[in-house]
Amino acid sequence: MAELTYRDAVARGIAQEMTRDESVIMLGEDIAGAGGVFKTTVGLLDQFGPRRVRDTPISEQAILGAAMGAAMTGLRPIAEVMFSDFFAVCWDIVANQIAKARYMTAGQVDLPLVIRSANGGGSRFGAQHSQSVENWAMSIPGLKVVAPSTPEDVVALLAAAVRDPDPVLFFEHKSLYASKGEVPDGELVGELGQAAVRLQGNDVTIVALAAMVPRALEAASQLAGRGVHATVIDLRSLVPLDVTTVAESVTATGHLVTVEENPRLCGWGAEVVSIVAEECFYDLDGPIVRVTTPHVPLPSADALEDLAMPSAERIVAEVLRALG
Amino acid sequence: MTEPPDIDQRLTMFELMTDMRLFEKRAYDLFLQGLVKGTSHLSLGQEAIAAAFGAAMSENDWTFATYRGHAHTLARRVPMGPVMAELLGRDNGLMRGKGGSMHLTSVPHHMMGSYAIVGAHLPIAVGAALSASYRSSGQVAVCFFGDGTTNIGAFHEALNLAAVWQLPVVFVCENNLYMEYTAIGSVTAVARPAADRAGSYGLEPVVVDGNDADAVYAVAVAAMSRARAGDGPSLIEAVTYRHGGHSRADPGKYRPDDEVAAWLERDPIVSYRARLIAEGVDVALIEQIEAEAKAAVDAAVAEATAGAEPSADLLEMHVFADGGSSWRN
Repeated sequence: MAELTYRDAVARGIAQEMTRDESVIMLGEDIAGAGGVFKTTVGLLDQFGPRRVRDTPISEQAILGAAMGAAMTGLRPIAEVMFSDFFAVCWDIVANQIAKARYMTAGQVDLPLVIRSANGGGSRFGAQHSQSVENWAMSIPGLKVVAPSTPEDVVALLAAAVRDPDPVLFFEHKSLYASKGEVPDGELVGELGQAAVRLQGNDVTIVALAAMVPRALEAASQLAGRGVHATVIDLRSLVPLDVTTVAESVTATGHLVTVEENPRLCGWGAEVVSIVAEECFYDLDGPIVRVTTPHVPLPSADALEDLAMPSAERIVAEVLRALG
Repeated sequence: MTEPPDIDQRLTMFELMTDMRLFEKRAYDLFLQGLVKGTSHLSLGQEAIAAAFGAAMSENDWTFATYRGHAHTLARRVPMGPVMAELLGRDNGLMRGKGGSMHLTSVPHHMMGSYAIVGAHLPIAVGAALSASYRSSGQVAVCFFGDGTTNIGAFHEALNLAAVWQLPVVFVCENNLYMEYTAIGSVTAVARPAADRAGSYGLEPVVVDGNDADAVYAVAVAAMSRARAGDGPSLIEAVTYRHGGHSRADPGKYRPDDEVAAWLERDPIVSYRARLIAEGVDVALIEQIEAEAKAAVDAAVAEATAGAEPSADLLEMHVFADGGSSWRN
């Protein structure tokens, strides 16, 4: 067991898989010589060489197109899109090509690839380098969508994503890169589609993802001081979605609050909430509440971005509102 | 520079072109009868390019084509029956009716797909070439696209990356002078939409008469040899003309009558047939090839029309590798 940063966990997870499987290669901007603009891929060029760890031009369509072509012809590429906002310039390759190829060909095409990207707000980068776009990916049939919140999950879920036979969008949260956590020694391989219960409480179920998980845990701690005991579920993966864990918890607590960074309309919480409303309606003891960013582009100023992002205080207030 | 095609290769090209022509004419008849739904984009008049590459490529080389991909699919010897059945949306179609005319794919034949978003498949072909290079497999990716593609970003991203990494990919621009309904020259800053961009990526400009199968074959062999030798990508501009409109919905009235008439005079199959006969090929052999093509098309139509409608379970199959579409527990 060693303490690792979320940032270093990325390189560890990739190295684990590249050591195991020669068909794993990496493509992306500044990932090789520079070790990534977020320093998530430091050391991989030295360890695996320039044939397997490849710096690309600023050409997101070429990066993801090449990853797709390589995946359909026998490799297992890990491509990086530096900031998830940049998916907007290559979304055709993601949504029209990668996501649909297997279906349109009646299963002829295998696409075992991973697209990693730095997602999320809190870094004062402004509206084009701060978005949480995991809900874009969630809305496209054919993609798996993963967003870890801890260093251990970064390693384990990255390994699972590389081994998965389907295309996986792997959203790393840029405000978590410096966070630390214990990571077991040896090979780690997680399972996609398994939520984690981070805290067990009887009064309310709080469902969160990525950087909103520690935020929700902070809120839960404040709530405990007021005698309200929350269960905090880290979804970890939006597709596959672990409905079972959420539904079991809501059945026990009778209350659901989702905490997401997506802007209000069509954020992932809306899907979770609609499922729970349909399937757990008679177990609910109060209104379901979503905590989101307001439906605005993220501003850059400290005061405004902090106001936009769900804070522990806002989560506490919304939970208390949900409990009536 | 390269050896001319031998007689077997020339007969193969004639056979492929004849197959493509008769197949697509029959497919068009089936549209008019309401049996083929949706849209389709025919290669009538452009067959020499796909046929010449079909003859020049090795079995393990990959084809990446566009929504105008019937000819390129047949060029890889994909059987006509499943292709026709796919156009009819039947369960015995090449993709069981899930793709349709614009997405013909047959991985066992290394026909790696027909792509309906302009430009998207160029970087995908680059990825296949990266795979070939990484695995030292000797395979070449051949990527066909229209003149309109030269003005979209993915074209330039793909050319640059392929050139930087010296990958075994051959980009083939089928310049039929019109991007959909608009003359390519009126919306492009250079006269030769592909060739005049080659220099930007350190490549030689290559222009070939796309209606002359022998000429296309020669540049195809040269480009594939270059790719296999590790000397990187090529960009070929094959000038041609479609006999019909852009798609089923388009009568092509924006083209001057005399231009259309002049190009119809240059029909790649009629002229190639005459050339083969003039050079001593027995007319009986030519007629036999034509008769076999017609019989194959007849059989394909019979196979396709006898096919069942896709069953309901297909709707939610093939989204994920487990065969289904489940996104939750």
